[in-house]
Amino acid sequence: MSDTSRPGSIADKLPSALFPRLSGLGMVAALIAMLLIGLLIIPVLLVIYVAFLDPNTGALTLNNFQDFFGSSLFRESFWNSFYVSAMSVVVATIIALPLAYITTRFNFAGSMIIQSLGFIPLIMPPFVGAVAMQLIFGRNGTINLLLKEKFGVSIPFMDGLNGVILVQSIHYFPFILINLSTSLRNIDRSMEEAAQNLGSYGMRLFRRVVFPLAMPGYIAGAALVFIKVFDDLGTPLLLNVNNMLAPQAFLRISSIGISDPMGYVISFILVAFSIFSLWASFLFMRGKDYSTVQKGGGGLSKRDLRTHEKIMAYGVVALILLAVLSPHIGLTLLSFATIWSYAPLPDGYTMQNFVTMWNSSGEYITNTVIYAGLAAVADIIIGTAIAYIVMRTNIFGRKALDYLATAALAVPGVVLGIGYLRLFHGMEVPFSGEPMASWWIIIALALMIRRLPYALRACTAALQQVSVSLEEAAENLGASKARTVKKIVIPLMTGGILAGFVTSFATAAVELSATIMLVSSDSDAPLAYGIYLFMQTPSGRGAGAALGLVAVLIVGLGTFLSQMVVERDKKYRMSGQEQ
Amino acid sequence: MKQQMVGIEIENVHLSFGDTEVLTGVNLTIEPGEFFAFLGPSGSGKSTLLRAIAGFGPRPSGAIKIGGKDIVDLPPWKRNVGMVFQSYALWPHLSVRDNVAFGLRERKMPRNEIGPRVDAALDLVGLSHLADRMPNQLSGGQQQRIALARTVVVEPQVLLLDEPLSNLDANLRVQMRRELLSLQRKLGLTTIFVTHDQEEANTTSDRMAVLDGGVIQQVGSPQVLYDNPQNLFVANFLGTANVLNGKVEKFGDQMRFVTSTGDALPIGSTDVTSGSIVLRPQNITISASGNGDTIKGKVLHREFLGSQIRYIVEAAGSEIIVDQSHAVGADWQEIGGNVALQINAQTAVVIADPH
Repeated sequence: MSDTSRPGSIADKLPSALFPRLSGLGMVAALIAMLLIGLLIIPVLLVIYVAFLDPNTGALTLNNFQDFFGSSLFRESFWNSFYVSAMSVVVATIIALPLAYITTRFNFAGSMIIQSLGFIPLIMPPFVGAVAMQLIFGRNGTINLLLKEKFGVSIPFMDGLNGVILVQSIHYFPFILINLSTSLRNIDRSMEEAAQNLGSYGMRLFRRVVFPLAMPGYIAGAALVFIKVFDDLGTPLLLNVNNMLAPQAFLRISSIGISDPMGYVISFILVAFSIFSLWASFLFMRGKDYSTVQKGGGGLSKRDLRTHEKIMAYGVVALILLAVLSPHIGLTLLSFATIWSYAPLPDGYTMQNFVTMWNSSGEYITNTVIYAGLAAVADIIIGTAIAYIVMRTNIFGRKALDYLATAALAVPGVVLGIGYLRLFHGMEVPFSGEPMASWWIIIALALMIRRLPYALRACTAALQQVSVSLEEAAENLGASKARTVKKIVIPLMTGGILAGFVTSFATAAVELSATIMLVSSDSDAPLAYGIYLFMQTPSGRGAGAALGLVAVLIVGLGTFLSQMVVERDKKYRMSGQEQ
Repeated sequence: MKQQMVGIEIENVHLSFGDTEVLTGVNLTIEPGEFFAFLGPSGSGKSTLLRAIAGFGPRPSGAIKIGGKDIVDLPPWKRNVGMVFQSYALWPHLSVRDNVAFGLRERKMPRNEIGPRVDAALDLVGLSHLADRMPNQLSGGQQQRIALARTVVVEPQVLLLDEPLSNLDANLRVQMRRELLSLQRKLGLTTIFVTHDQEEANTTSDRMAVLDGGVIQQVGSPQVLYDNPQNLFVANFLGTANVLNGKVEKFGDQMRFVTSTGDALPIGSTDVTSGSIVLRPQNITISASGNGDTIKGKVLHREFLGSQIRYIVEAAGSEIIVDQSHAVGADWQEIGGNVALQINAQTAVVIADPH
């Protein structure tokens, strides 16, 4: 072989760097990066920075942390937040594990119902369910009234921290259920059969082989539950449990003002814990991708249940589902109730709550549609762009863009809210001159940043489904990059993008922790804040429940529709196409 | 649909993925209208070379000329080379008709011309009746034909086939390769066919290039490559080969290959003085006691393959594979028995040691 004209490495790189379309996408990448830095990184860094500032002199100091741990209230809050999060993981596991196990291991008629009902808690913000659960599980709620009447005992389900744990675990257990079920389904049948062949069976087989293989999914779900509960503001606030970290941060900032350092110290702790949990779960899962399903292999073998097992399984599932659906049942009853107080069931039923709700919350609904709509549209546009840049180009730093957008997961809403208040404090909106920190656009931007990771995941998954050869085939037949994206990539991603939109929209619509910090007047308030206001007074509860029910129905319908589109898309790809 | 036939010239093409060089100094000329195969094991660079012609993957250095025009700097959509993908890459959201019409629409062809052209292309592959189906409603073979129709409908200058038969079952594969060939002859389209299957390459191509490690090992017709491999890789990759090391000696006016164990084989004339001799199993005759120039050996194994009997014979310090065609009532050599191997001098190829 002659070596006369070896390819120079520079000559290889030049043409792609000079290509005009790449520089266009490069601009998009730079723009997104700037947006994320400005609206996510800077506010969070600002919050952390302020936590280390002396409020009077402005000098760097650790005094704030000293003050924080010197206060018994804050120490107690810290411990309570940790305890509630850990216990929520435990209770959520107790709920999710049997459901996941039964649906993936047995031929069980209820599997479909469980898998779809399992999602239902997620489509209702936990603080909405909290009120309904007070009425069912509270000291004077349905269950305890009945228990007292029959047996003269009562169980403190909802007293203090117990209430937060119960509400949170019922709300967030689907994270564990979904991740665990997926992991279980991805275990190749032969893994189990090999163990059986070597003499292992029953619980021992599950404990030694099946569960360890499903561990990555479990840990992923558990870490999510932990973080979500640790960060959540709405539920403890509504249950009037204020000795936890997030409510303390909110109360300090809203009552003392944005110059009080304690809010920032708490924010720092919340962020640190989020990042630590994500990092720990990442460390645990590294190198443990056990998904082992081979072609034609199929998941774990399912077996038929014997009659007494079937009765037991149905019993367990019914009990769990009843508990899981209790917030919805309670909410529905409450929304139709005349008065429901110190009684197992409402005194009477009426439509009046819906009328009240309709008359007084039109603005909340309009605001929600605008904020969440803007946020979700922006999310899928940015999400699609990032997914394409990461997976289909070699722009420098493209992975960083992905990490940057995903980092929003680790930032609690309270922290982002405080960061925006601090960052935009004193700024004015161009032209109108109103203060920036109370401008409604800021709420939409916060929602956009908070929900971007969801949309990004959906868009990335959708693009992963589009085989590169489908794009190459279009280019080969004369379609430019831009035309290929328009005619092939986007249409094939529709289902995923739509799912991303619905997820972002639905969760943004019921988001409370960032919004509650940023809403400056009731007329700018979205639905979640409206429900929160209604729920503050006993007389407003009925209308609040009605509004909550409307929210649940809308979100549920949206989820169902997007699921249908995703399923239809899946069918397209079922046969013939490469994976 | 017949159009001007063009040739392809590949001149000193190098290509790297990062620091890994996957194509090294490739030079190749493909004649207009030729059915040409790239044959090689996986990782040999054959698909990379095909994709470089279509404009996918990193930009290669060197020149790739189609009809005399260098296309290396053209984006894929300006090249007018049709490619059929290994996965077929039919777009699942478009019907068969829309899939086939895609390229014509991209070429801004008037609407009233697109319909007849699509029909003609579907006719060509015999699937007009499936025009309104979605791709997931088609069998593998049908998808393959639609992918072909989608590519030829735009009348590309060159047709590139990337392992197009590898996703089909064995019977369909044989049928499809015949259809491919007759279609190619009908259209007179310069065609490159990438495969790792030598039978596919042998049965379809006019000429082929055997690749290994990103380097073209040999170019020629299937028969020339089989009979006269230039190196041991080609000899071993195309069919079964017995390879013995040794030297060439002149014995009177007769050339002889003397193996390292001292066994002598008569051969035709060669310039090589030392190297390896390649013996095809079917060109060796086995008998209980041969006369003339033979190598003595001992039968280790015997396999009945139906049309043939394959012996593994320990001889000349090596295990030599010998195929005898089988006929009813023929004698079989016993396992463990002493035999004599006779080599047809004209069929033996001597390959010089690599420098």
